[in-house]
Amino acid sequence: MAKVNVRKNFQQARWNEPMIYELSTPGLRGIIPPAVEDEIESRVGDVAAKLPESLKRKTAPGLPEVAQKQVLQHYIHLSQETMGANLTNDISEGTCTMKYNPRLCETLIGNPGFADIHPDQDEDTVQGMLKIYYDFEKVVKEVSGLDKFSLQPGGGNHAVYTAASVIRAYHEANGELEQRNEIITTIFSHPCDAACPATAGFKVITIWPDQNGMPDYEAIKAAANEHTAAIFMTNPEDIGIYNVHADKIVEAIHAVGGLCFYDQANANAFLGVARAKEAGFDMCHFNVHKTFGTPHGGEGPACGAFGVRKELAKFLPVPTVEYDGEKYYLDYDKPESIGKVRQYIGQSAVVLKAYTWSMMMGADGLRECAEISVLNNNYMLHLMEQIPGVSHAFQGNGIVRQEQIRYSFEELKEKYDIGSDDMNCRMGDYGIPWFWSSHHPWVIPEPMTLEPCESYTKEDIEEYAKVVEIVAGEAAENPGLLKNAPYHTGMHRRIQEEDLDNPEKWAVTWKAYKRKHGVK
Amino acid sequence: MKRLEFIVNPVAGIGGKVGLKGSDGEEILKKALELGAVRESGKKALVAMNILKEAEADIEVFTWPGEMGGDICRKAGIDAHVRGSITPGATTLEDTVRAAREMSALGLDLILFTGGDGTARNIMDAVGTDTTVLGIPAGCKIHSGVYALNPKTAGKLLVQYAQGKVKETKLAEVMDIDETQFRNGVVQAKLYGYLKIPNESKMIQNLKSGRGFSETASVEMLSHYVADEMKDGILYLIGTGSTTASIMQKLGLPNTLLGVDAVYNRKVVASDCTEKELLELTENYPKVKIIVTVIGGQGYVFGRGNQQISAEVIKRVGKENIIIAASRGKILSLFGSTLHVDTGNEEVNQMLCGYYRVIVGYEDMMMLPMRDV
Repeated sequence: MAKVNVRKNFQQARWNEPMIYELSTPGLRGIIPPAVEDEIESRVGDVAAKLPESLKRKTAPGLPEVAQKQVLQHYIHLSQETMGANLTNDISEGTCTMKYNPRLCETLIGNPGFADIHPDQDEDTVQGMLKIYYDFEKVVKEVSGLDKFSLQPGGGNHAVYTAASVIRAYHEANGELEQRNEIITTIFSHPCDAACPATAGFKVITIWPDQNGMPDYEAIKAAANEHTAAIFMTNPEDIGIYNVHADKIVEAIHAVGGLCFYDQANANAFLGVARAKEAGFDMCHFNVHKTFGTPHGGEGPACGAFGVRKELAKFLPVPTVEYDGEKYYLDYDKPESIGKVRQYIGQSAVVLKAYTWSMMMGADGLRECAEISVLNNNYMLHLMEQIPGVSHAFQGNGIVRQEQIRYSFEELKEKYDIGSDDMNCRMGDYGIPWFWSSHHPWVIPEPMTLEPCESYTKEDIEEYAKVVEIVAGEAAENPGLLKNAPYHTGMHRRIQEEDLDNPEKWAVTWKAYKRKHGVK
Repeated sequence: MKRLEFIVNPVAGIGGKVGLKGSDGEEILKKALELGAVRESGKKALVAMNILKEAEADIEVFTWPGEMGGDICRKAGIDAHVRGSITPGATTLEDTVRAAREMSALGLDLILFTGGDGTARNIMDAVGTDTTVLGIPAGCKIHSGVYALNPKTAGKLLVQYAQGKVKETKLAEVMDIDETQFRNGVVQAKLYGYLKIPNESKMIQNLKSGRGFSETASVEMLSHYVADEMKDGILYLIGTGSTTASIMQKLGLPNTLLGVDAVYNRKVVASDCTEKELLELTENYPKVKIIVTVIGGQGYVFGRGNQQISAEVIKRVGKENIIIAASRGKILSLFGSTLHVDTGNEEVNQMLCGYYRVIVGYEDMMMLPMRDV
């Protein structure tokens, strides 16, 4: 390994920024809107009087009163305290596939030809956008082998919930819904594969891995019976092991009359290599912000592309985008549809970006993306294996890892009382963003999940592994250093972690915070 | 301000390093000392007390003299009220029981004891589940769930407790093995009862627990589910333990914590049954199901703490009528292992092998294999 560039003198802004509410001064204004012109007022009349009484506020909303400059300053300060994917070496966020989000895509969505159209416009006037929907659907159909997609779900979990709803509709149509009330999933599948079916009213049966870290096939066979509605499984699972028995599992579930949903949120390991169709699955979904290069929303817009075999297409959300040979149109004529899962046809800006990304990559590019991701991950593993105190899930099972790996600091925890959270705090001092430990509960002790996808260079991977090596060394020599970290970042250690489990302490609104903490 | 009692069993663990597999009884103790055994429990207690010193302003400590606590408090620089009297170098289990009993009468908040499974049993005999306790692990045998992970985490947990950050408590199993049998190579842990401990799973159980799921919430949810699923016309044999006790609570029924009760049409028809009574019940009721939990951290479903549900009872009820329910945390602590059964009857053990849907929450199950030991 040649010289590795580690940011030893990294220093991030730490503004100790107050809440925007604490910056509020009564009477301060950002913008004073102009009064309504006389002519408009005379024609429209008193608009407020037309609102029903029940919708009118009795008191003014409790919004912060801050001037324009201070608002801008406040949010720039907050942004300087973040470590976003496009800002840092974000191999950190394993399972999330933190790709580079091409600037071209951002430019395109700002184009007035796209930005100024409205979903209520007549179909004839938005043929271009409908074509992009139609063509992107062709891309995901080709990648999965499935027959029909909906781009309406607003994210991955939403797509998985849509899958659970389609399964419910399918068994209901067959008169078997009452009997088929169980969903099987695996413990290393994404937790939404258990949560979404549970929300849709199914019982959930979770399968543990066998000694190699793959879902226990015998356990799945033992769980499957006439009550099985479906299986929901991720592949490769969270720990980065590809389940080569997926087709056998599908057979076992089909044999008892259940359906099979493939969680392919992160499809980076097998783009152009393996498809849901050939493994026998009835349904799958892709998170376009993972696999197709669009930004991670952070509660913002996203798209979970949800696909099915043709027999299930009649249950998809309406409308779907169709083409009659001359013109693109929205098809609402699906009497057995589960209905709408989101307004209009979903997040068109995200679909435009995903389409652009796919067309820039091309079919060969998609496969190359998978190959580089797997190669990168295995190079990363090679470097990580040499670091004392770092192990990984199901180490030594002889199975080549795919695009991500769940590592463990169990040894550091036992020897020096240094675990994932301590490592995370200290790695920040080298400019590395907070890494993803694991979904809860932590089945693998003191976990760290890394995913060096195709956007990362050999130098990025070496930098990241070097920082892990330096910090693991510090853990052995001076554990106190890690216990008090970080020293150079804007992020802060969670000092009273137990409060996160205490409904009397945590708050998601300012009003609740004031009430729970006695702030006047 | 928290008022703590601090008791050390100075001979706990003394038999371990010299290969005696325990320290219960005067004979063994004498033999251990002859073999050159060193008293180490005081050192372990000191590790915890040095950390607890941090929270000195929030605590008032009561202890017993010399090696049973007074010396250790002094070394850690903690001012303590020393009560009672001992014969230095010759303390016995009676001293532990006397100390626990006398000081629990003072109405203290928590008893911190240092020792192993034997000591935990002594504390249990003295205070039952009235007072919150915490063990600093120092014995040869640690099968009970009442200890912190190690002396260091005991200290840290106590600091948090003293500062009022840990408020919830839970019942944890007090288990012990028969040392005589253990010396002959037989490990058979028995459930003796429960102690009340601070509920902080990261420090009590293992490194696998992570954050985000309260033990209490898990037991609440699975209890509601099991109770909701119970049907009329079936006799339910409710096994031992705090998990099944919670199910009985949901049904609004009285429960025997360490015994097996029988429920039919939501009424208790027999309490604290012996094997003989259970066999009679299986003859009188055509449909019978068994509801059990997983005992301890070792994954035993039958053969530990519920011997009343014998091989013959299980055979009559049938494998398909066994319902297993355990908290998510308890099940996850078995990760990499399996459920175990040890009914004393090889044929029944074999019959019980295979996969079970263990109930871990409301409509929430995990598939686990059961293996014969």
